[in-house]
Amino acid sequence: MTSAAAIGAPSLGARARALANSWPPVVSVVCVMALFELLSRADVIPRSAFPPLTATFETLGELLGETSFWTAVWDTLKGWGIGLGIAAGAAIPLGVLIGTSHLLYRSLRVPIEFLRPIPSVALIPLAILVYGTGIHSKVFLVVFASFWQLLINTLYGVRDVDPVTIDTARAFGLGPVARLGRITLPSAVPYIATGLRIASTTALILAVTAELVIGSPGLGREIELARQGGANEIVYALIIVLGILGWVLNAGFSRLERRALHWHPSQWSKGVPA
Amino acid sequence: MRLRLLALSLEVAVPAALVAGWWLWTTTHDSFFFPALPDILRSFADTWVFERIGSDVGPSLKRLSIGFCAAAVVAVTVGVLLGQSLFARRAANPIIEFFRAIPPVALLPFGILVIGIGDTMKIAIIATVCLWPILLNTVDAVASLDPTLEATTRVYGVRGFERLRRVVLPAAAPQIAAGLRTSLSLSLIMMVVSEMVASTNGIGYFILQSQRTFAIPEMWSGILLLGFLGYVLNLVFVLLEQRFLRWHRGARATSRAA
Repeated sequence: MTSAAAIGAPSLGARARALANSWPPVVSVVCVMALFELLSRADVIPRSAFPPLTATFETLGELLGETSFWTAVWDTLKGWGIGLGIAAGAAIPLGVLIGTSHLLYRSLRVPIEFLRPIPSVALIPLAILVYGTGIHSKVFLVVFASFWQLLINTLYGVRDVDPVTIDTARAFGLGPVARLGRITLPSAVPYIATGLRIASTTALILAVTAELVIGSPGLGREIELARQGGANEIVYALIIVLGILGWVLNAGFSRLERRALHWHPSQWSKGVPA
Repeated sequence: MRLRLLALSLEVAVPAALVAGWWLWTTTHDSFFFPALPDILRSFADTWVFERIGSDVGPSLKRLSIGFCAAAVVAVTVGVLLGQSLFARRAANPIIEFFRAIPPVALLPFGILVIGIGDTMKIAIIATVCLWPILLNTVDAVASLDPTLEATTRVYGVRGFERLRRVVLPAAAPQIAAGLRTSLSLSLIMMVVSEMVASTNGIGYFILQSQRTFAIPEMWSGILLLGFLGYVLNLVFVLLEQRFLRWHRGARATSRAA
């Protein structure tokens, strides 16, 4: 016996199961936090280095009310966003160009393999020299790091196109531009989306690194200042903020990646409706 | 055939042309921040060829390798344990996800606060940062063991340590290797950054110090060294992976051809 309501809404059993599945993570987080709090208050772990969680959360609450905090958040996000945008705007078209031309790929393969492993942090002193300690050096570092990841991922995506599909398109009389637009690019989009997700994490890491080491305005600089000033609770509060920020950005790009991939055959088995 | 020859010659000619271009451009244009390539190479030979290997490269590499290996051992062990228990995975998931999302660099002030400046702190930070990619990949690999493989193992009564050694670890190896590779580049980054922020020796310290004292060719030689180091580490890792996962690539190639 079917009813219209039963088809749409999850059954009572399914909802109960979902609830039963959700308690382990909640309980474990609560337990870990409680344990940390106890250890800190009992001074088993030195309270100077590990302030109790409640004190940290209190400081976090205070921070949320200060404009300087939100300015720092905005500064970090600004460097992150501008850097990622420039990197994407350069790397994705370049990746498509190099990927579609076999000769270009072979010419540039060795330089790319050599430039790619250079840790972008090695360029921090160069950035300081050329751009100073403002947002420009931060953006420079973010662009350098994200560029390579996006380029590599786009390259792989473009080169991984099923050759049978391309040949079929050619047999049906599609010109090179049409083949690019209808087959290569859609096929490469999942790789580009994955590359964007990884690059966004790298961009945040580099942005915070630049702020911490160079002193560009942002959350990284605030953490370092707080540490030098001995305000340990602010240090911990800001680390938590950065964790949340990193998690939010990652979740956002993951969702974008899933949407870009929803038509891809590899995703059908994961229970996503075709 | 002609195309293949052209591609091969381009592969050699273009990098050579780029280096030559760099040489020409920097020797003709007098820029303080971008010294002539011959000067950089000369200072590279003066500084790094055997003079500073003991004082800077050695300590850097020591921190890198201890941190990375410690992370690998802990992560694979914990990962295998977590991967086998759905309950443990669900319970630990939010904690792992949160710590993974923290930009590694933000842990440096925490490290300086708790452990102070010194080798222990750097090794601890490198290990902490490298832990997460390996852990996540291990958990994922162990948890998604091929069901047919799992069923066959159970039917044949293979249990415990034998099962781990002969079935679970080899099946998880490719994904663990991918995690190890990510961690390797992360460890290099953290080594450099920790040396820039809190150190009195090391490659990162040398580069920053050169910049502060405006010894620009030396700074560039340090950057070159780091690029070279990154390339070599990656190469060594790929070679090791190809050696140990030979059977996997063979199996994949067969299934792809089928």
